Amino acid sequence: MNPLQFCLLVSALLFSIGFAGAVTRRHAILVLVGIELMLNSANLNLIAFWRFGPHPEALTGFIFVLFSMALAAAEAAVGLALVIAIYRHKKTSNLDEVKELKG
Amino acid sequence: MIWIVKNLWLIPALPLFAAGIIAVNKQPRRKLAATLAIGSLAVGFLLSLCAFSATLGHTAGVVHEVFSFHWIKFGGEWMDLGWVLDPLTAIMLVMVTFVGMLIFIFSIGYMEHDRNFMRFFCFLALFASGMLGVVIANNLFLLFVSWEIVGLTSYLLIGFWYHRPSAAAAAKKAFITTRIGDLGLLLGMVWLYAQTGTLNFYDHGHGCLETDALTQMATDVTVGGMAVSTFIGLLIFLGAVGKSGQVPLHVWLPDAMEGPTPVSALIHAATMVAAGVFLVARVYPLMAAGAPVLAHGAPVTTALTVVTWVGAITAIFAATIAVAQNDIKRILAYSTVSQLGYMMIGLGVGGVAVGMFHLITHAFFKALLFLGSGSVIHGCHDEQDVRKMGGLRKFMPVTFVVYAIGMLALAGFPLFFSGFWSKDDILHHAHEWSVSQIPFYLGCAGALFTAFYMTRQVALVFFGQYRGHSADSHAEARLHGNPESAAHGAPHESPAVMTVPLILLAVFAILLGVIGTPAWPWFAGYMRGEATVLDWTKFGDTAALMVASSVIVLTGLALGWFLYGRRQRKTVGEKDVLEAAQPAVFKLLQNKYYIDELYEHTVIRFNAFAARACAFLDTWIFGGLVLLVSYAALGCSWLSRTLDEKFVNGGFDAGCESLRSTGGGLSRLHTGRVQTYLRIIGVALVLLIIFLIWGKA
Repeated sequence: MNPLQFCLLVSALLFSIGFAGAVTRRHAILVLVGIELMLNSANLNLIAFWRFGPHPEALTGFIFVLFSMALAAAEAAVGLALVIAIYRHKKTSNLDEVKELKG
Repeated sequence: MIWIVKNLWLIPALPLFAAGIIAVNKQPRRKLAATLAIGSLAVGFLLSLCAFSATLGHTAGVVHEVFSFHWIKFGGEWMDLGWVLDPLTAIMLVMVTFVGMLIFIFSIGYMEHDRNFMRFFCFLALFASGMLGVVIANNLFLLFVSWEIVGLTSYLLIGFWYHRPSAAAAAKKAFITTRIGDLGLLLGMVWLYAQTGTLNFYDHGHGCLETDALTQMATDVTVGGMAVSTFIGLLIFLGAVGKSGQVPLHVWLPDAMEGPTPVSALIHAATMVAAGVFLVARVYPLMAAGAPVLAHGAPVTTALTVVTWVGAITAIFAATIAVAQNDIKRILAYSTVSQLGYMMIGLGVGGVAVGMFHLITHAFFKALLFLGSGSVIHGCHDEQDVRKMGGLRKFMPVTFVVYAIGMLALAGFPLFFSGFWSKDDILHHAHEWSVSQIPFYLGCAGALFTAFYMTRQVALVFFGQYRGHSADSHAEARLHGNPESAAHGAPHESPAVMTVPLILLAVFAILLGVIGTPAWPWFAGYMRGEATVLDWTKFGDTAALMVASSVIVLTGLALGWFLYGRRQRKTVGEKDVLEAAQPAVFKLLQNKYYIDELYEHTVIRFNAFAARACAFLDTWIFGGLVLLVSYAALGCSWLSRTLDEKFVNGGFDAGCESLRSTGGGLSRLHTGRVQTYLRIIGVALVLLIIFLIWGKA
């Protein structure tokens, strides 16, 4: 097993854990945590493909992931703010009870 | 071009503005209305005098000064409007404005008590405007428009007391009868335009009354071998027949006496009825086109022969009817018809100058007579029946004197009155006419009757004892709107505002003869644009005829005096002298040869029948068709509605319902639970990956 495959395996594992958390948890913050995990697994993928790809000296994957992480931070901030706002409004953070968008 | 030619339009425009201003004013401003109407005509009179002086002094043929401008364009053709200044226009302008002005002044007195004083002056001014428009027009189209304005105002004025059924009927009759003639005029106008491409009378060689167009029209031949010019001339003459009350369209004129007396004077004596004669004089070159050039005398053409015959028949026909009438105004009305006949004879046999001379002199003395009769009617408390008058000489001396002057002028009393000279001129030319002598003899007989019936009228009205005081007829007083003026009492002289115009007219009724005597035929020279020389010997040429016509007139006067003046009727109901002698003839004349009844039983009955037939057609055929169509439309719409409701709407509703239920079903997928969505995305992702990996193999 070469290092790239290993990295991809770890990344896939991380993604699965994140997805399972996002799908199964009822608490909004935990769902967010799952989503962050999935995001990070994707970042890991990007780093791995850059590091073991044909041009590791070009720093492209690194820069890309840096942007992605900044984006993730911003997204987390917005998500947490939304959770707080919903909590203030409905006095709950249970996602099963937040279904105003039902058709 | 002199300024008066350019500004000739002001003469008809001023009364038009006056009429407009009066029309928008409130009712009681009488002084303003009268001032405006009379003022506009007075200014018009001054302008007419300028125009008249501009036409004087031409000795080398008639000069037609024209001013035309483009009015509207249709197709590639411009319709022009314009006016012409020639002797014919100038003399008519002076006559119409002067006589009109006097009549307006008279009206102030006559209509004093009338409630609708303003309306009256508005109509009068509008009428004057239309008449002056007819006179100045250099274009058959403009002439026609003015002509119709004249017809309209004549309708309005005859029906001025419209609440009296007879007046309303008379107005309608006048309007419809003249319309028959106008149809001919319109057709003539259209044909003339088709032939020459212009309606301008004079246009520097391109007008329809100038040599080029006339030669062309005289040589073109139409149905029955008649020249086109003859046919067009006759069509236009039809318009003149209607307006000038010639046989057979004369029936409206006597009935038109239902209007106020100044109207009768203005419209039915001096101006409007003269419009027909004027029209013939205006298109005289057309009428005379194609005639062989004669060294001596007037041209003879088919059109002019017809004019002469119609005139001659009218002259004698109306003169005989006038003998048996009892209404003072009706006698004058028939006398007008008869005199218009003379004018037509004059035009036919002698040319423009002869007919126009009689028109001018007649305008003065007939306006005088009508206004005099107005004064009589006014003085006798709105009585019009000559049998109920009598002895007015003592009560109304001024009116009597001027009336007598007018009567002698109309009768053609020798030497001192204008009517003698103008009528003699006509008879003289009729005598020389190469076609036939009959119009001459008819004219002579007419002159005899004229003298006779005028004597009868004057004898009945002014001589003998006053036979009034019968309480039954004060119709006109009530129409004036104040029954007080119908108060009983002796007849009285009219106020100065009425007598002064009468005196002025009387002066002219005498003096005008001077300009048309055989020794110094200034008028004829003026109309022909020739110099006039005083030549006493010319009296010799016509002396025999003058003596003959004097004898005729004197016979008529004597006969009238013998029958009516010598022994006056004592009571109102007494039989007329002629009635006692010849009851059948008198009845025939009194009923106007039963022409009205004839029309009643032929034209009107046919018309009524046609109207009924049309009504039947309309109700049952066209109405039925329309009804059928409407039912068909109803059926179609019912079908359409059913289809719409049952099928189209049903289908649409079903479609909507299915869309809605599908949407409802689909919306159930939308749980609003974020994790469900995420779950589905995950499953889909896995499926996608499986597909990508194994799908390729």
